[in-house]
Amino acid sequence: MVEEIGKTAEGDLIINVGPQHPATHGVLHLVITLNGETIKKVEPHLGYIHRSIEKMCESLTYRQFIYTTSRMDYLSAHINNHACALTVEKGLGIEIPARAQVIRVLMDELTRIASHELWWGAMAMDLGAFTPFFHAFRERETINEIMEETCGARLTMNYMVPGGVMVDLHPNFQSRVKNFLKLYKRKIHEYDELVTGNIIFQNRMKGVGYLTKEAAISYGVTGPAARGSGVSCDVRKHYPYEIYNQIQFDEILETEGDSFARYMVRLREMNESIKIIEQLIDNIPEGDFQAKTKAVLKLPKGEFYQRVETARGELGVYIVSEGGTTPYRIKFRSPGFSNLACLDHITRGGKIGDLIASMGTLDLVIPDIDR
Amino acid sequence: MFSLESLTTLVQDWLNKTFPPAIALLFEFVIVGVLAIALFAALGLVLVIMERKVAAWIQIRLGPNRVGPKGMFQSAADTVKLIMKEGLTPDGADKFLFNLAPFIVMMVAMLVLAPIGFAKGFHIWDINIGVLYVSAISSVSVIGILMAGWSSNNKYSLLGAMRSGAQMVSYELSVGLSVLSIIVLTGSLNINDIVLSQQNGWWLFKAHIPAVISFVVFIIAVTAETNRAPFDLSEAESELTAGFHTEYSGMKFALFFLAEYINIFIVCAIGATLFLGGWMPFHIGNWEAFNHIMDYIPSFLWFFGKTFFLIFLIMWFRWTFPRLRVDQLLNLEWKYLLPISMVNLIVMTLVAIQGWHF
Repeated sequence: MVEEIGKTAEGDLIINVGPQHPATHGVLHLVITLNGETIKKVEPHLGYIHRSIEKMCESLTYRQFIYTTSRMDYLSAHINNHACALTVEKGLGIEIPARAQVIRVLMDELTRIASHELWWGAMAMDLGAFTPFFHAFRERETINEIMEETCGARLTMNYMVPGGVMVDLHPNFQSRVKNFLKLYKRKIHEYDELVTGNIIFQNRMKGVGYLTKEAAISYGVTGPAARGSGVSCDVRKHYPYEIYNQIQFDEILETEGDSFARYMVRLREMNESIKIIEQLIDNIPEGDFQAKTKAVLKLPKGEFYQRVETARGELGVYIVSEGGTTPYRIKFRSPGFSNLACLDHITRGGKIGDLIASMGTLDLVIPDIDR
Repeated sequence: MFSLESLTTLVQDWLNKTFPPAIALLFEFVIVGVLAIALFAALGLVLVIMERKVAAWIQIRLGPNRVGPKGMFQSAADTVKLIMKEGLTPDGADKFLFNLAPFIVMMVAMLVLAPIGFAKGFHIWDINIGVLYVSAISSVSVIGILMAGWSSNNKYSLLGAMRSGAQMVSYELSVGLSVLSIIVLTGSLNINDIVLSQQNGWWLFKAHIPAVISFVVFIIAVTAETNRAPFDLSEAESELTAGFHTEYSGMKFALFFLAEYINIFIVCAIGATLFLGGWMPFHIGNWEAFNHIMDYIPSFLWFFGKTFFLIFLIMWFRWTFPRLRVDQLLNLEWKYLLPISMVNLIVMTLVAIQGWHF
């Protein structure tokens, strides 16, 4: 930091945004250099919520380590667990029952909607509108209730296990999800009326936080943030896992690359998730919800990698096994870390308000960045 | 129409008969002061609970509902909490200015209250330049805010104060011009005269489209001038944590908070006086019977009803719109509102000269 201060020009103002700040939604620490209201540099400082999850995983068995990953990107807990379960299954070479696959995809998509709902509310709150937050939570609560009933938890579900899912679906699951679909369709137009169509909102979002396609690729941005710049990177389409190759859905792409494009990608993605759920909810096959696995799992010596599409982008799980009951080394390629990298690029030259708006559209979850 | 003038004259006569003039004047000062402070406290409590209830209603939730019936004593409990809290002064702060700033902001809010006519024959000071006085005094509060931002020795506060300074100085122009457009119709700056000139109908309805335009400009500009969302850039919770009052706590913070609400009340009272007839009941031309029925509603109810309607409007804005960016905020004023209100003033002058209004 001392060195950084030496480099700044006369009249520059250095501000610490965070680690405790209402707009960072967690303990992210940004050191921003300002000239008046104009941003000259943004420097993220990480590590405030580092829990060494990767190191912890090395001493946990292949059944246990999955639970720590719910705490990484807590809004995509299901999808994180899913990625780990898939990697372990890849190593073991297990076939998963069809029912478990459908349940997993259903849960993933519900999680994705819940995550985008929360992002939408928080995003509007970053821009100074408080009401959308409550509207978003109204729908999200319904999903949380579905999760609570089937998984026994609302946030860190720990529902996916190697070989399938932990328990079977609750008998009410289908009717509840259908109720949610009805509620969602009745309420989704409010999102556009309250926020998307608002002239102040559009002025704040359009033309700020530009991320070109080339920059998105070079920074390793994935997920909705990259798709807003026209980078086709949906893992569900390009490297389909589970039954995603049998489902009809579109990859949402916007080519503008500004904050508004990233916003629209997420809103439209929610509709795609609804489409996926509608296709599957009446076609959940009968059968086992879990494949028969040994009590103690041992992965063969080797390296295993699996990627999935979380609500924020591409999550990669890399396991190095020495043949024991615990992994030798685990590495998570988290979407938030790479998405954060482009923050300086997209906000430089903008105003403080733009920084907050652009940071909102990246949808950062801080425990996902630090792990 | 029932007038409170008889009451005020009664008190004054009694005081003058009983005491020598100097003492009587002193007593009048004390009575007015106590009434003003009581009104302040009452308004603060009512407006805070109103804001929270309106917010809750818009945000599909219940709002405060634990203290007292339907949570009506919540703001009283909050006041007690704020009084009990320690008023911190940061180490690096300029202690004199830091502690002075909230009082300046508060004092300005109190001073502006003077010429407002609360009911027929009931105002603190019947000054003949009432509207000018209000706009002159209310612009002093920006000094308090700049003082708070500068003396806090906090970069967030400084940025907030800077924004606030730019914002309030620019939006005052639009407020002034839209107020002027009513003044050209009444030909008087006296608030009582302005109210009386709306005997046959409110200016909002009497003076055609220019009055509606200046009313809209007025509402937008006063929302900005009182630093309310969507123009709350000087506070900007998500950007500057709390803007110019980041470092304030306890009662010093409460004074800023209270001053904000009193300012909203004052600008809405001015708006109600200029455009909606102040305490004047709703009259339509020469519908004698209708006008007579309307006169039965006491004048202070009319005044507070109109004022609280405008306050509700401003609260509605706050809980619906996102915040503007600082350059957009200044663009809105200098590129749109100011030219519009200037042209509007000319049109209004034409209307007044030609006598086209009703």
